[in-house]
Amino acid sequence: MAVSIKVNGTERRVEVDPETPLLWVLRDTLGLTGTKFGCGIAACGACTVHVDGAAIRSCVTPVEAVAGSEVTTIEGLSPDRGHAVQVAWIAEQVPQCGYCQSGMIMAAAALLSETPRPSDSEIDEAVTNICRCGTYARVRRAIHRAARA
Amino acid sequence: MQTLFNFSRRRFLQNGAAAAGGLVLGFHLPAGGRLARAAAGEAAINAWLRIAPDDTITVTVAHSEMGQGVYTSLPMLVAEELEVDWTKVRAEFAPADQVYRNRLFGIQATGGSTSIRSSFDHLRQAGATAREMLRRAAAEAWGVPVEACRGQAGRVVHEASGRAAGYGELAAAAAKLEPPAEVPLKKPGDWGLIGTAVARLDVPAKVDGSAGFGIDVKLPGMLIATVLASPVFGGRLKSVDETPALAVKGVRAVVPLESAVAVVAEGYWPALKGLEALAPVWDEGPHAAMSDATIRAELSAALKQDGAVAHNEGDATAALAGADRRLEAAYEVPYLAHATMEPMNATARVTDTGVEVWAPTQGQGPIQHAVAGLLGIAPAQVKVHTTFLGGGFGRRFETDFVVQAVLVSKAVGAPVKLVWSREEDMRQDFYRPAAMARLRAGLNATGEPVAWHVRLAAPSIMSRALPDYVKDGIDPSSVEGAADSPYAFANQRVEYAMRHFGVPVGFWRSVGNSQNAFFVESFLDELAHAADRDPLAYRLGLLGDHPRHRKVLETAAQAAGWGRAAPEGRFRGIALHESFGSIAAEVAEISVAKGREIKLHRMTCAIDCGRTINPDTVVAQMESGIVYGLTAALFGRITIAAGRVQEGNFDSYPMLDLAQMPEVEVRIVESGAALGGVGEPGTPPAAPALANALFAATGKRIRSLPLSRHGFSAV
Repeated sequence: MAVSIKVNGTERRVEVDPETPLLWVLRDTLGLTGTKFGCGIAACGACTVHVDGAAIRSCVTPVEAVAGSEVTTIEGLSPDRGHAVQVAWIAEQVPQCGYCQSGMIMAAAALLSETPRPSDSEIDEAVTNICRCGTYARVRRAIHRAARA
Repeated sequence: MQTLFNFSRRRFLQNGAAAAGGLVLGFHLPAGGRLARAAAGEAAINAWLRIAPDDTITVTVAHSEMGQGVYTSLPMLVAEELEVDWTKVRAEFAPADQVYRNRLFGIQATGGSTSIRSSFDHLRQAGATAREMLRRAAAEAWGVPVEACRGQAGRVVHEASGRAAGYGELAAAAAKLEPPAEVPLKKPGDWGLIGTAVARLDVPAKVDGSAGFGIDVKLPGMLIATVLASPVFGGRLKSVDETPALAVKGVRAVVPLESAVAVVAEGYWPALKGLEALAPVWDEGPHAAMSDATIRAELSAALKQDGAVAHNEGDATAALAGADRRLEAAYEVPYLAHATMEPMNATARVTDTGVEVWAPTQGQGPIQHAVAGLLGIAPAQVKVHTTFLGGGFGRRFETDFVVQAVLVSKAVGAPVKLVWSREEDMRQDFYRPAAMARLRAGLNATGEPVAWHVRLAAPSIMSRALPDYVKDGIDPSSVEGAADSPYAFANQRVEYAMRHFGVPVGFWRSVGNSQNAFFVESFLDELAHAADRDPLAYRLGLLGDHPRHRKVLETAAQAAGWGRAAPEGRFRGIALHESFGSIAAEVAEISVAKGREIKLHRMTCAIDCGRTINPDTVVAQMESGIVYGLTAALFGRITIAAGRVQEGNFDSYPMLDLAQMPEVEVRIVESGAALGGVGEPGTPPAAPALANALFAATGKRIRSLPLSRHGFSAV
């Protein structure tokens, strides 16, 4: 069955089971591998993308649920790593292994678009992604830095 | 399949020597050689670097990048001697080859916090040799003495004539020269790059989604598979009706393996749906009745008997008997999973003419040997492409997931990317061993320890992974951090009782140190309190002939404000531990609400790793090691029932998150001593520092982990 979705500004028509999670459509069907698979149960946030500007966990979101919505992945966040969050991430040297970072960045970007100057507790509330390298302290610093930019 | 993992270090060394042939000293390969991989116009100066006409320098990184920063710090070593403009430096992962072996292991592999230590000399030598060849190429071109030519910021300069040429211009001629045998290296005082906080080369690709991890590999005609191994350890696949999986749209094949079943499809989702539709029948094998209770009973019984002696000084038994006071305590830790963020995966392409593997791996050498053994070919015929690793922590030293990918690719005759579910990743790990300890100490009238007796009981990792290391019943990885204490115990005895269970065990960030630091540093804290002494002062009093340890401990304590009152309601705990050639001390500052809700306010850490290559990397690794240790101390527990792991995902095996994350402050103590590692040493002190702080806060001495078992939570 075909589903039409709009990803990073482009209309895409994909031939998949409509219940397929958006994550796997992005990764396996569209080749957008910046969005990561971590748990499959919306527990870790590695798969975070924006749907109409809000951060969602794509591993549990059926592709049919986002038909007609604007999906933005890490690849579409900026053409040149120029988004304030990416700039702050580089300045704070946040990533280690890097695997969770696309999801972290998408969660942070969604938070800042909603709450331009988040408090620490607002960051705690919004960024619940898991990082096994323990980059959390730098993530927090980078979000504050991006907020000031 | 278990025999595949039974590689011996000696065999590796023998094969390694053969494969390396004449390249004993190692790093030079003629330009255009099989490892040069130079693109058009580029010149490979040696196996470690090539230079493009635009002066871009590409450094080959033989170690795996799993977050610890080697993709940057190893090129820094080459660049320091090469005298280059750092902005021109790029990194690239090495192919699998004995030239790129870890000099401390004899095979190409990353682990044991050895990347810098095993590369420090030969990478600087590679850079220095290349610089000399570039100087000579310039001198010959200009007809001037080589001594008058200097390498500087990516150019060779002849000051007398004012001539200068970029390395890119000189590289082709330089590559044709015979490399000098040995070039003197800079003295530490002359370093310009080493010791500076250079920005990581991999960060840009890790903020825009373009960094290629194993799970991102895509090949023409590639299929995607997922797998379920026998949920009971040691079980085998008896039979499986393939029909329900084949009925799922997109599924191409079901591949039964010896102890697992894989489903191959057009994508991960149909593969997973297909796998879930199957009802494989397992021969559960000998471990179907195994549980935490059976394992704990056997470990506990082992503690009641004498173990193999790992360390003996004086007469601990007599000194205990004659002591004014005696203390005894039993400690315990559970199995732990690695839970890398990127689940295990590998891509294989097996054809009639050979095999290629793409993998997020810490063990290129082990992969070559495992796959070669499987297919009956020579290790050198196994091509391994290393990707970025979404975490490693020791898990990716194993080759099990690669072997599966190779078998499945061979079975279906197509390139296959095999991706594990999170549940498979958690249930088919090589776990940090569960361990128990009985510790006894005798104090004299003034509270000083005059006897120290530790008995450890745990499964052995090395017996499977590197059996040559096991001698006289001692697996050095099981007793590390307990048998080599820096504290001055006049009479001490450390014993180890090796016990084997059906649960696979492996290298988990800091290995034996991860539990032994908890045992030793917690019990030492008990001694200090029993003696009514300050835990810091008590430790310092036992470190008379260890000035580096004292300095590290004092640095952490001072930075943490030890000795000054903590803010209202907050309490501190301290721990010290040496591992992988580095010494780390940590102070945990916490508060506890309602007797059970732990708030981690601050972790203060001091680290002496000898010399620092990249200070920001050292800080990041301490932050990382601390979080890894705290997560395990708070929540980490793999439980076994009916021979299988009960946990399956992050809901049942929780992780510390951003809201629970303490501030971390790191002080680097630059001692100039021999290089130590940084990937692991931050982990061991975290658990005892936290448990000691918890004692200060609540008066409860927690002797078994995780803290969540005792009703504590993190807020």
